[in-house]
Amino acid sequence: MSVSAKDSYQKLKTAAQEKVKSLNDRPVVWVGTATCGKAAGAVDVREFFKEEIEKRGLDVRVMEIGCMGHCYAEPLVIIAKPGHPRLCYGYLDEGLTRRLVQDFLEGDDPCYEFALVALDPNDFFPTFTDFPRGVYEKKIILEDCGFIDPESIDEYIARDGYEAVAGVLEMEPEEVLRQVKASTLRGRGGAGFPAGVKWEACRKAAEKTRYVICNADEGDPGAFMDRSILESNPHLVIEGMVICAYTVEAAQGYFYIRSEYPQAVRRVNNALEQARDKGLLGNNILGSGFNFDIEVFEGSGAFVCGEGSALVSSMEGEMGVPRHKPPRLTASGFRGKPTVLNNVKTFAYVPHILRKGVEWFKNTGTEKSPGTAVFTLVGKVTNQGLVEVPMGTTLRQLIFDVGESVPNEKEFKAVQIGGPSGGCLPESVLDTPIDFDSLYDAGAIMGSGGLVVLDEDDCMVAIARYFLEFTQQESCGRCTFCRLGTKHMLDILTAITRGEGEQGSLEILQELAEDVKNGSLCNLGGTAPNPVLTTLRYFGDEYEAHIKERRCPALMCTHLVAFYIIPQKCSKLCNACVGSCPTEAIYTRDDGLKAINQEKCVKCNSCLKACPPEYNAVVKLSPPELVEERERENNK
Amino acid sequence: MSAKVTLTIDEKEIRAANGDILLWTALENGIYIPNLCAVKEREMPAASCRLCFVEVEGKKKPVTACTQPVAEGMVVNTRSPRVDRLVKTAFELLISDHRLGCSKCPKNKSCELQKIAKERGFRLKSKRLKRLPKKEYIDDSAELFIFDRSRCVLCERCVWMDRHVVNSGVLGFSRRGIERSVTTFMEKKLAQSPCAGKCGKCVEVCPVGALSFKDKSERENGSPEGP
Repeated sequence: MSVSAKDSYQKLKTAAQEKVKSLNDRPVVWVGTATCGKAAGAVDVREFFKEEIEKRGLDVRVMEIGCMGHCYAEPLVIIAKPGHPRLCYGYLDEGLTRRLVQDFLEGDDPCYEFALVALDPNDFFPTFTDFPRGVYEKKIILEDCGFIDPESIDEYIARDGYEAVAGVLEMEPEEVLRQVKASTLRGRGGAGFPAGVKWEACRKAAEKTRYVICNADEGDPGAFMDRSILESNPHLVIEGMVICAYTVEAAQGYFYIRSEYPQAVRRVNNALEQARDKGLLGNNILGSGFNFDIEVFEGSGAFVCGEGSALVSSMEGEMGVPRHKPPRLTASGFRGKPTVLNNVKTFAYVPHILRKGVEWFKNTGTEKSPGTAVFTLVGKVTNQGLVEVPMGTTLRQLIFDVGESVPNEKEFKAVQIGGPSGGCLPESVLDTPIDFDSLYDAGAIMGSGGLVVLDEDDCMVAIARYFLEFTQQESCGRCTFCRLGTKHMLDILTAITRGEGEQGSLEILQELAEDVKNGSLCNLGGTAPNPVLTTLRYFGDEYEAHIKERRCPALMCTHLVAFYIIPQKCSKLCNACVGSCPTEAIYTRDDGLKAINQEKCVKCNSCLKACPPEYNAVVKLSPPELVEERERENNK
Repeated sequence: MSAKVTLTIDEKEIRAANGDILLWTALENGIYIPNLCAVKEREMPAASCRLCFVEVEGKKKPVTACTQPVAEGMVVNTRSPRVDRLVKTAFELLISDHRLGCSKCPKNKSCELQKIAKERGFRLKSKRLKRLPKKEYIDDSAELFIFDRSRCVLCERCVWMDRHVVNSGVLGFSRRGIERSVTTFMEKKLAQSPCAGKCGKCVEVCPVGALSFKDKSERENGSPEGP
């Protein structure tokens, strides 16, 4: 080694820090423009800021950042003005934008009444650690997400980015492997396979051409952790991949990103380009003689391609169909060569572990599942968004403290964890600590980290059906159990939600679910029955009600509910429901009150929404026959 | 010559070459294990029909015999309550999607599904599962044989033969899930495909009545067999 990698890195870092510092001595507005922000209107907000700032001739930079996880408050901006702590504002619109530019950027009033949180400790305004969420959250891989410009490598380097690579390049690959193994980092793709063991298997393979692939084929409904990380801090993942490649002596890596994530693809490509320019990728990385480069492969959006062998098969130009394992990918992966395939989040932990040490990493989390868990907290929960908590945090803390419980005074019913491969857990097991093994024992899986909170209005049969429909449609169809078994299960569930469930349906459903789980070729089929098995286990009475009483306890299955206007509550003076009905099913009775013609009703819910809160006269009844009963009673 | 190992299948002691695949070792020694998709020459087994489950002592779950290499001292049971349950379900699933009417099927009495049913005492009609509706698709354009997709069990044997032995690449799969099917490029009739349906190798490996040779009169008069 002629030039030390650490020296080369130090030069890069000094230059980056100077550049970042020179830019930050004037006010900056950072607009969160990850996909979640853009969906909420962040692009417009960015343009408003630019217009307003230009109009007033202010010297303020408008920059883009990724997602800091508080998706419920999007669009979000952070404003940094010398003399003030950095402040974060949420729910931005045109008015608030104008106000902030006028009062804070032009004037000097930070408009605390609109601020959500301050990012630097100060005497005026609370910071993240002053909120319940901040108490439980511990950010490792999301630390910089939403706080640095994902399109600028300098910001990443200025905050010690790529330092781990510089350190690793001066170590023997065996030593790096020893550390990763010692950290007992478990893969974040779902199953929790130890990353170090995987790397070791690849390193030991006889074949010398090896590949490193990052699995960003995130496909679970409601999950977007991987997307957010790639959009908010792509260099962190690249750094992890470089370290992995050095350890297993691979020369080529790939990002497998689904093409439905165009912004992630763009930002990763941009990051790769910048890393090459700085000599952090390509030939002779940091002058160490080590060569490694990464390309992006865009997946075409098949859920099954998140499965390792299917992913590799699709990269080779074949159909995305899994095969029997073993051989594992570490023995025969991409193009038949030894391949390490890890999830986005797994790679994101690696630079932290190498930089801060194995012991530091193991201090967080539980003994068998060290580190943190990243979740997209969605569904019926107040603070939706991306959260990172230490492993071992209980589901209750995550939902009720970090997520600040279920909104609209509704009652919590279940949490669906791990996406379509996971399960629905009821209130009684909420004290389960979040780690790979405890969740598995409860019938769910960690999965890639989707967490959907369900309340009393959600029918568990319909939820199980929803997830099974997803896996049934996404099944590749290769093996008998997954192709035909999920179809039969779905048909049974569909019948139940329509009130056509038969005696014995539940036994057949349970048997099929167990057989599909035990008999399928790959883990898509092997986990697809989980939502069904867990709802049968924890919410069996709801299934029974559907079959025996034709009743949907959550009033969600449209075939099993009917809409009814309570005459005692209805007012002659109000016509709101009549106009809202798209099928003219609502008529005015002789006494001036309203009633629903059940023959015409399509159960669209419009009248229930239209009925003013002072009356609340429209209700759903299940089973639908209750309507006749009520009408008879009222006519007496 | 690879080293020999001794293993026990259903209490019968058997010698086999180390690394041999359990399914073939059993079959060659007169021990029947149900199977549809297995092809001995195939390097990576399809393992898609999920019928050849057996118990291997020391393994937590039943394993597919077509993917399991034999090893010294291995103890195998081809029957157990768990195995029987999986095989029965897999069989019922396949039958629920398979056009019956065996008496009119050209493979009647030489069909692997019938063989499995006979060996394991399964009925050809499931009491437990409803029949899945299947779209009729019969291609009788080729001179030598008929392709009846509604009898296909997606074992992959014909596609393997076509791609890896004949090297013609005419047959492949399209769509996914319950829609997955064996097809030609752009669903062209076999007579219009590059092979023009002339070699018939794919027919030889079909375990059921999906691909069947025409008899002489059919070749002269076109297909007599309707749905």
